[in-house]
Amino acid sequence: MSTSHESHHAPVDGAGGPSTTGHEWDGIQELNNPLPRWWLWTFYATIIWAFGYWVAYPAWPLVSNYTSGVLGWNSRSAVVEQISDLQKLRAASSAKLANVPLEDIEKNPELLSLARAEGKVAFADNCAPCHGAGGGGAKGFPNLNDDDWLWGGTLAQIQQTITHGIRSGDDEGHQGNMLAFGSILSKADISNVADYVRSLSGAAPGDTPAAKKGAEIFAANCATCHGENGKGNQELGSKNLTDGIWLYGGDKATIVQTITNGRGGVMPAWGPRLSPTTIKALTVYVHTLGGGQ
Amino acid sequence: MTSAALKPEKSPKAPAVPDEEPLYAARRAIYPQSVHGRLRTTKWVLLILTLGIYYLLPFVRWDRGPNAPDQAVLIDFPTRRFYFFFIEIWPQEFYYVAGLLILAALILFLMNAVAGRVWCGYLCPQTVWTDLFLTVERWIEGDRREHMKSDAGPWTLEKVTKKVLKHSVWLLIAWWTGGAWVLYFADAPTLVKELVTFQGSTVAYASIAVLTFTTYTLAGHMREQVCTYMCPWPRIQAALTDEYALNVTYRYDRGEPRGSVKKAALAREAGRKAGDCVDCNQCVNVCPTGVDIREGMQLACIQCGLCIDACNNIMDKINRPRGLIAYESEANLEARIAGKPPVRRIVRARTVLYAALIAFIGLGMLYTLVGRSDEGIAAIHDRNPVFVRLSDGSLRNAYTIRLINKKLEDRRFQLSVDGLPGAQLSVVGVESGTDGEVISIGPDQTREVRVLVTHQGKLASGASIPVTFRIRDMVTGATASTADHFIGP
Ligand code: SF4
Ligand code: SF4
Repeated sequence: MSTSHESHHAPVDGAGGPSTTGHEWDGIQELNNPLPRWWLWTFYATIIWAFGYWVAYPAWPLVSNYTSGVLGWNSRSAVVEQISDLQKLRAASSAKLANVPLEDIEKNPELLSLARAEGKVAFADNCAPCHGAGGGGAKGFPNLNDDDWLWGGTLAQIQQTITHGIRSGDDEGHQGNMLAFGSILSKADISNVADYVRSLSGAAPGDTPAAKKGAEIFAANCATCHGENGKGNQELGSKNLTDGIWLYGGDKATIVQTITNGRGGVMPAWGPRLSPTTIKALTVYVHTLGGGQ
Repeated sequence: MTSAALKPEKSPKAPAVPDEEPLYAARRAIYPQSVHGRLRTTKWVLLILTLGIYYLLPFVRWDRGPNAPDQAVLIDFPTRRFYFFFIEIWPQEFYYVAGLLILAALILFLMNAVAGRVWCGYLCPQTVWTDLFLTVERWIEGDRREHMKSDAGPWTLEKVTKKVLKHSVWLLIAWWTGGAWVLYFADAPTLVKELVTFQGSTVAYASIAVLTFTTYTLAGHMREQVCTYMCPWPRIQAALTDEYALNVTYRYDRGEPRGSVKKAALAREAGRKAGDCVDCNQCVNVCPTGVDIREGMQLACIQCGLCIDACNNIMDKINRPRGLIAYESEANLEARIAGKPPVRRIVRARTVLYAALIAFIGLGMLYTLVGRSDEGIAAIHDRNPVFVRLSDGSLRNAYTIRLINKKLEDRRFQLSVDGLPGAQLSVVGVESGTDGEVISIGPDQTREVRVLVTHQGKLASGASIPVTFRIRDMVTGATASTADHFIGP
């Protein structure tokens, strides 16, 4: 290593110019210009800021906890605060929905879109897991877009169903099961009834001997609930068997299974969980999906 | 690298490299001297024009009728509208703003290809406000000499008064800069009234406070530091420029060797080469970024051209031709040194490309703007379920249809669906009358409706039939349509 004075210096950029770092790319040299001092001070300021931040806000993980910061801020309370802000913001529109009778909401375009917007969100949060995102239903879970209703599709009926549920344990909820006929009817009879039931909606011919036999068994066992002509009864939640819309499936095997084992789907009562206004909005939303009566 | 070889020697006054180079340097105080000249006048005009527009534009009124604000330029966040004179932009038309930004970038590129950093020197807000702040400073504390002397001298009552006055005026300008900013987001006269009676929103006061602080800091204290250390444009610019771009350039071939007027005259008599530069340092003294342009092109030079004015004034005095410092391209400089004919090439691949792109995007925007309608329709098909079978066996598809009314009056639209003969259309929550399904929309509003289309009869399995939803204004007959599908099992 040389001790000469000159060799301490990196190469310089021209006479009196700043030194270079010695790096060069395609003839371009990197100059060793000093940074501005305020830059340094800004850097120090950010370090001081960081210390202040650690003290003020949740920062350091501890063994089973974390430093919570003297300001007491945390994301959980921030969310709670934001939700309450939002509720305050919505209070006016919610009040509008709350004060108008259910039947009148759809007559007012502004209230209708308000109820539909709120209902859509409530539906996605609470109902979509069973009925599908758009209320399209699934096997065992009714499609809410069609005009086939087990318990009725008027506003009041829908509100009743949502509030109290079906076989939900709620005293005011809809009751009634389809019996399991497996121990009452023979297998052959069940098969015949199934043939007859399918003929009601035109899914199978009605003039076969099996269907004709089935008709007699139907009249004796099923007509009590489903009606003499199979049109169903919304009081009992019994299905209309003539419309070709099936809750569990309309193929023969499924119908045989339904008759043999019975059915009794459950819908929870939402009254205890959702506010009356939310249920109102949900009712309007479901009613306006397209099947409302 | 010919030009590097031809570069003049560094000014001998520059300090030699010290033994230990500092890692950090304190800011060197810059006292730019005032100057007169063509480019300075241009800068005054642009300063008055741009700041005048900025400060006064919110007060320009524009009558749009009873249902819209009568402010010519307004960014209305609560109702999500952007008003620009006769143009009203809706959120879904935000591509106009994106287009404007792209245009701005391309124009910047074009300016750069033609004349280097003219944007920096003449139009950049940092430059314009700094210029304004410098003017205030000169007006209160005096021009270069006076100001330097006062700063170096002891603190007197006069000096304190002047400093306080200067910073007060700066803060006032900064405050009004922030104030003008918020006026673009609300009705200006109302907001001014609210602000002075302390009834403005917290956001408004906070915005003003932030912009006051930044303007005061950036234009009053940071000045050239912003250009040199904070702004990315000098770096980008350096990568975009080429040897044909006009840049503020010291014509060293003409200026060197420097010397006094007398020495130069003697040298010329003796047949030796004499430069025109008399080393008066005027170009350095007037420079707002403290650059010595004679050292060649450099990052800190914002190309404001003030050194050109300063040097021209000197050349006039010593009876030499103007333009020792001038807007000059590197190519031309080299051509002249090599004794070749001058090179002036504004039309070249990059300028043509930029100009074409600007024209293309600009015309495209203009075309869509002129051809845009006052009504719109968009449809979303239900996904769950895609279709529904009803009790009577018919098929139904449901759509969410959004109608747009950009006119500032109530309108009624007739909705119809084409492509599916015999299909029944119904709108949830709308009574169908004799005119069919009629949907009314308030002025300058959108309305979302649920639309059910029912088809009786058989469809081929897996059918997906193209349909068109059309709205027709019941009064004017204007129509808009959107395409969708009717889907079967
Ligand atoms: S103003 Fe002109 S003459 Fe004076 S130092 Fe600068 S380049 Fe030379
Ligand atoms: S060198 Fe000349 S053009 Fe560049 S910033 Fe200074 S005065 Fe302006």
